[in-house]
Amino acid sequence: MIPASEAIQRPPDARLMIVDATGCISDQPRSTFVAFLRPGDLVVANDAAAIPASLSGVHLPTGRIIEVRLAGRHSVAPNDVHEFCAIVFGAGDFRTRTEDRAAPPHLSPGDQLLLGPLKANVNRLLGHPRLVSLCFQDPPDGVWAGIAHHGRPIQYSHVQAPLAMWDVWTPIAGPPVAFEPPSAGFALDWHALAEMRAKGVDFVTITHAAGISSTGDPELDVRLPFDEPYRIPRAAALAIRKAKARGGRIVAIGTTVVRALEHAARAGQVRAGEGIATQRIGADSQLRLVDAILSGTHEPGTSHYELLRAFLDDNELTRVTAELNARGYRTHEFGDSVLIVRRQELFQGYERADTISGREVERCGDLPKSFGRALKK
Amino acid sequence: MASQLHSASVAQQEKVQSLFADDSFHGLRVAITGGTSGLGLALVREFLARGARVAFVARGRQRVGQVARQSDRAHGIIGDISVKDEMYPIALQIAGELGGVDVLVNNASDLGPTPLALLADTQCEDLERALATNLLGPFRLTKALLGALAASAREGRGGVVLNISSDAAVNPYARWGAYGASKAALHHMTRIWEKELENEGVRFLSLDPGDMDTPMHALAVPDSDPATLKSPNLAARELITAIGAVLHRQSEDGAE
Repeated sequence: MIPASEAIQRPPDARLMIVDATGCISDQPRSTFVAFLRPGDLVVANDAAAIPASLSGVHLPTGRIIEVRLAGRHSVAPNDVHEFCAIVFGAGDFRTRTEDRAAPPHLSPGDQLLLGPLKANVNRLLGHPRLVSLCFQDPPDGVWAGIAHHGRPIQYSHVQAPLAMWDVWTPIAGPPVAFEPPSAGFALDWHALAEMRAKGVDFVTITHAAGISSTGDPELDVRLPFDEPYRIPRAAALAIRKAKARGGRIVAIGTTVVRALEHAARAGQVRAGEGIATQRIGADSQLRLVDAILSGTHEPGTSHYELLRAFLDDNELTRVTAELNARGYRTHEFGDSVLIVRRQELFQGYERADTISGREVERCGDLPKSFGRALKK
Repeated sequence: MASQLHSASVAQQEKVQSLFADDSFHGLRVAITGGTSGLGLALVREFLARGARVAFVARGRQRVGQVARQSDRAHGIIGDISVKDEMYPIALQIAGELGGVDVLVNNASDLGPTPLALLADTQCEDLERALATNLLGPFRLTKALLGALAASAREGRGGVVLNISSDAAVNPYARWGAYGASKAALHHMTRIWEKELENEGVRFLSLDPGDMDTPMHALAVPDSDPATLKSPNLAARELITAIGAVLHRQSEDGAE
């Protein structure tokens, strides 16, 4: 797919590929995504704002220039900003692909790092020469001020211009606990929320500290996603239970929402409160809660793509990827989107032509809910 | 300048104070701009006294430090809300240090030219600065924190924005052109925010605290008699009462 190289959250020509519960594929402007929703559905988004997690500085024992990318924390509590998990690069910046970035100097526990106004210590290495736990020496407000003034949003080499904070905060961004933006939320704006309300579609948010999407190091990338803390407000948990009770669909905006909700619902009903999502979601995962996902388009091999395998079987996902390529969809954070409805088991074996022609696409529609229920018996 | 206060009698004030025990705002997350002098400082202190956690913004490092040290629930943020590039660092610190925002008070204001001048004698740069502080700053900060405010409303915690207005926003006082025009725009913008975000549960207030005995008033009207002016502490209590009433309705709505 073509990388989206401009940092525009909602380009007027953004596209949305919808894969419905029967596997039918259709294509529409993303701005009309609310038309897909039905009264009674519940849309759940991640309201985490992205911190400027890239901190340039110096590895004091060697005097060498480094870039630290904060990548994980213990909780979403506002004063829990002492210890972070981080990836360390050598000199260079985002214009070099992460794959080609220089290694950092040899890092050892106790090494002091000077990151602009912030002082940090390497606490320990986390099983990889680039991956460390680091502790800031400043009190919490000092850490926040230091990150706010010295940090830069984690930047992608496929986006030419340096990213500003307003490029990476979704319109609904709240607590700054994510390390990269939950970018599926770029598709939302306040007009869309108003449209949802008018249509009888409910909207809630959870807060999930989305980690980094790629490190450029194959050994580290297979460990993604790292553990991610999240918080589910009581109002959100209640809205989810109500939506399920009335037969509405839970539509997750982005992979992080799926990860948080499915983690919180692992023992059955979704529970309000804080947790740490540790699970990987993939082909073998049984989704308990989420019925549909709005997501960016993802390349096979990424953890985001793996998560989509919980919604669709591999043949279908391959077909969707082929369609995205054939139709010129753009990928990455500022790219186009897909909306995938979880394939219901009862529909397996439903026969369908292998190629979708324009005419067949037109015939595809949502199955009436009553039909789905009748079949379940 | 004639004052159009919602002036409260002493009896009313006592009633207000008894309504709010000292921890009536326990855990409330409040952000206030211009929090180191005048009305802003009074608001910071009053919210702290009632148990809130307060992040306040001001330009002077030293003053911010002094006020922040008064309580471990006070979070001092150094920044200038009239500067576009400072907005996200400010918003990040507010939402980060508080973990969200229930109440935002856009209080920081710029008088325009001082001494006050006729519009025809006002430099464009003075008008631009007044607009940047009194209109664009509150717009940008509200927009950056709107996700947090709406989340607060959904949780039944809050979601209130108070924009400090003035009778100069409504009445055409000579020599108050830059200030009055920018405050008029802020007042109108507040009403539009209120209309557009009603369904999201975020409430917007535009209130005139009246003529107060503050450094800013002294700058505007150097020869005024302080005895005729309202104390910023009283004005702060009145404003907090108004916010409290909205919060009370919101928590009732949220409980439904």
